[in-house]
Amino acid sequence: MDDVAKYAKAFFIIGSNTTEQHPVFGTMLRRAVKFRGAKLVVADPRRIDITDFATLHLRQRPGTDIALINGLMYIILEKGWQDQAFIDERTEGFDEFKATVMQYPPDKVSETTGIPVEQLYEAAEIIGVNKPTAVMWAMGITQHIVGVRNVMDLGNLQMLLGNMGKPGGGVNPLRGQNNVQGACDMGGLPNVFTAYQSVTNPEVIEKFSKAWGLDSGPRTVDGKTVRGLSSTVGLTVTEMMPGILYGRTHSLYILGEDPVMSDPDTKHIRHCLEQIDFLLLQEIFPSETSVYADVLLPGVTFAEKTGTFTNTERRVQMVRKAIPTQGDARDDWWIISQIAKRILAGTSERVQTEAPYSSWDYADQSAIMSEINALTPSYGGITHKRLEAGERLQWPCPTADHPGTPILHTKQFTRGRGKFAPIDHVPPAERPDDDYPMLLSTGRVLYHWHGGQMTRRAKGLMEVYGEALIEMNPNDAEKLGLNGKNMVRVTSRRGMIEAQAWVTDRVPPGMVYANFHFPNASANELTHASLDPVAKIPEYKISAVKVELV
Amino acid sequence: MINLKINGQPIQAEPGKTILQVTKEHGIHVPTLCYHKDLNPTGNCRMCVVEVKGGRFLSAACVTPIWEGMEIQTQSEKVTKDRKLTLELMLANHPQDCITCDVSGECELQDLAYEYKAAAPAWGSKGTRYPVDSDPNPFIRVDMNRCILCRRCVSACAEIQVRDVWGVAKRGFDEVIVPGAGTTMLEARCESCGQCVAYCPTGALSNKMNYGKARAHQMTKVTTTCSYCGVGCQFDLLVKNEKVIGVQSNPNAPVNGMALCVKGRYGYDYIHHPERLKKPKVRRYLLEGKKKPRDDGQWTMDNGQSSTVNGLWDWVETEWDVALEITAKKFAQIRNDFGADSMGFLTSAKCTNEENYLMNKLARQVVGTNNIDHCARL
Repeated sequence: MDDVAKYAKAFFIIGSNTTEQHPVFGTMLRRAVKFRGAKLVVADPRRIDITDFATLHLRQRPGTDIALINGLMYIILEKGWQDQAFIDERTEGFDEFKATVMQYPPDKVSETTGIPVEQLYEAAEIIGVNKPTAVMWAMGITQHIVGVRNVMDLGNLQMLLGNMGKPGGGVNPLRGQNNVQGACDMGGLPNVFTAYQSVTNPEVIEKFSKAWGLDSGPRTVDGKTVRGLSSTVGLTVTEMMPGILYGRTHSLYILGEDPVMSDPDTKHIRHCLEQIDFLLLQEIFPSETSVYADVLLPGVTFAEKTGTFTNTERRVQMVRKAIPTQGDARDDWWIISQIAKRILAGTSERVQTEAPYSSWDYADQSAIMSEINALTPSYGGITHKRLEAGERLQWPCPTADHPGTPILHTKQFTRGRGKFAPIDHVPPAERPDDDYPMLLSTGRVLYHWHGGQMTRRAKGLMEVYGEALIEMNPNDAEKLGLNGKNMVRVTSRRGMIEAQAWVTDRVPPGMVYANFHFPNASANELTHASLDPVAKIPEYKISAVKVELV
Repeated sequence: MINLKINGQPIQAEPGKTILQVTKEHGIHVPTLCYHKDLNPTGNCRMCVVEVKGGRFLSAACVTPIWEGMEIQTQSEKVTKDRKLTLELMLANHPQDCITCDVSGECELQDLAYEYKAAAPAWGSKGTRYPVDSDPNPFIRVDMNRCILCRRCVSACAEIQVRDVWGVAKRGFDEVIVPGAGTTMLEARCESCGQCVAYCPTGALSNKMNYGKARAHQMTKVTTTCSYCGVGCQFDLLVKNEKVIGVQSNPNAPVNGMALCVKGRYGYDYIHHPERLKKPKVRRYLLEGKKKPRDDGQWTMDNGQSSTVNGLWDWVETEWDVALEITAKKFAQIRNDFGADSMGFLTSAKCTNEENYLMNKLARQVVGTNNIDHCARL
């Protein structure tokens, strides 16, 4: 983040409300614009706060990002602003990609996106001429049925401009949660072990089987078949939940998450959770999800635990215990270990105890990190000891004497040459129609966090932002007969919420914006579970709704 | 390189530097108050004055560039007397209430007054000039009586947060720091990041949430990483009597330095919220070995308030051993009945790497399924 803020000549922010969602990084960008004269292009349907600092604000129609990006690349190619040397030396698939981009001339793109042609030219010039340009995005790009395609197309843009692997350039997804990067790195995904080692790769299975004391294939003990590691890709959260209804998922162990608030289509999620055989929830507060839990185990907050978080730039940092565990709550790692040990006690034939990492007896958190070091190439040299000694480490950091890697892909891409992917525009899954004429987008606000379990319990934050507000354009408000603040009812095919309207030109006409911080009016009552086919991410950013006065 | 002499000692320094930068590099102590390394120097408090040979007045070290042949005295009698007088002028308009002030012990004005043995002069102002706790911002306590007009808050808001909430109104004796055009902070578009508090050298701007809870020497500081977004800001948790009473910027934080946002700096009170779960709970049907009660249309799930189905869905607080044993048995049984792939694990982007690794190991090694995910998509 530091290199981006310091060296980028221009920024292209698309689908990130940076100053509200990553506030401290947002201020770094503001400083770069104001004091260093960096140019800033923001593409967002909403007039979010960072647009105050933008050289140019593009207000594309929601769900037309690919058309916009392709349109910009068309102009870049037309004007010859691409980095041909980079394309020739470091990439492949350029011709096929170019053929696709050529289908997106400015007038056609303008029609699709609603952005005037001259703004497209202006944006392409800022992004194309100022090198390096850093591209930043967040959930505004990914929470679409075309989330993966959006991201790949931004990769195309940066390869086209030769902005990859350079300080101040690159593709910079801003990770939402404090340790979402770490949860992914640690194998909290259905297709990979730690450090993205594939669950379908026989060598990887062999490695983890040996380490954890399992057989790589099925084995018979006393007439019973013992299965080793599964080589089938597992289910994503967006597949597990509906899986409850047709008997595919029978139990869930949820650690510190609140799917009733954070998953799309709340009514459906509630219906699923009502049907589950057994739900274990490990939490710090009773939540909307705990209503459905069979067992509720009290974990601890970050102030009570020792360990590491990995931030959006792959920087691993210490979390240090400041206060004793509250009440009879327990360390989360202890709880997980206890459950593991107790399940294993009933199936002792499963694990061969002589294997180096078969055991669940950890002296403390740094012992867990030692095991991570041994099995996770990119974390090989990241120990608590080094971090406590003040070293600043970003993975990949394979060995104990490696200094870490602040910037990836400086010499070559992981796969060797960067591959251009031809990407076409696909319209969103649900579009406004006669019954539901408005478009709803969702997200968070500065003063609250996700499902709101923490921030709704912070007194001062509630004083500043104490209830759900529906952002609505003055034109729509006038049509509806709203006069100042009034309650509105927003209905979609899934559900209904009632909340105060905030009449503001932050949102364009025809669009409303709602958050999911408050259980009595959560936007996820309205959203739908149409998924990106690859990432299985729901299209939170676009639902069709109708708005009425209450 | 430029040749100059500080206190008679010959020194070489790069051109373009200020006197203060050179003295800092050479470990020569020059007191400062309005100066802060993160902010552009404004040279208005006159604490860092030094004597430059040939100069008509004393020069503020923080804004005076060096030149060839410059001769500087940093501790001459003239300099020390002048600094003491500056402090006395500040103290003349500063309440003599260190004994009840929240930042006593961390106050830069107090430290300098101590260093220079400066006391409030007999002719100093006696009453309060401004309302105490004058702004309704829920996080930031404003007491302009304690302000020494150093303008660090103005610079911090303009240069770090880039929000320009604070400004200077009026002139001379009436000069005062105000938000916006004399409005409230929030009306002046304050984002409540607390940067102004972090940079304030006195108790003029302090934190409402821990006001009166502890002074510097009564608390311990633990450096840790924020639990909100993915930027990875670090800060110090302030702890007194085993309770988190506040958050303070740690200037050595790798990503953010002194900067924090409203959630990171002021969103910590959930830690000691009375609703925290403090005991394991299980539904009564599990303790009684009965079947899970199902929604039959007459009964809907709620948080155990409903007593239909004979209270089988009520929460019962138990010991850890009971809750863990019930859980492990249930999981073992479900794996036995429906196979490992009938079980799902949602790990947490709020938890540590170590905990996430263990969830991955639990699902894969102990249970034998790859059904593990978290809220990265949500």
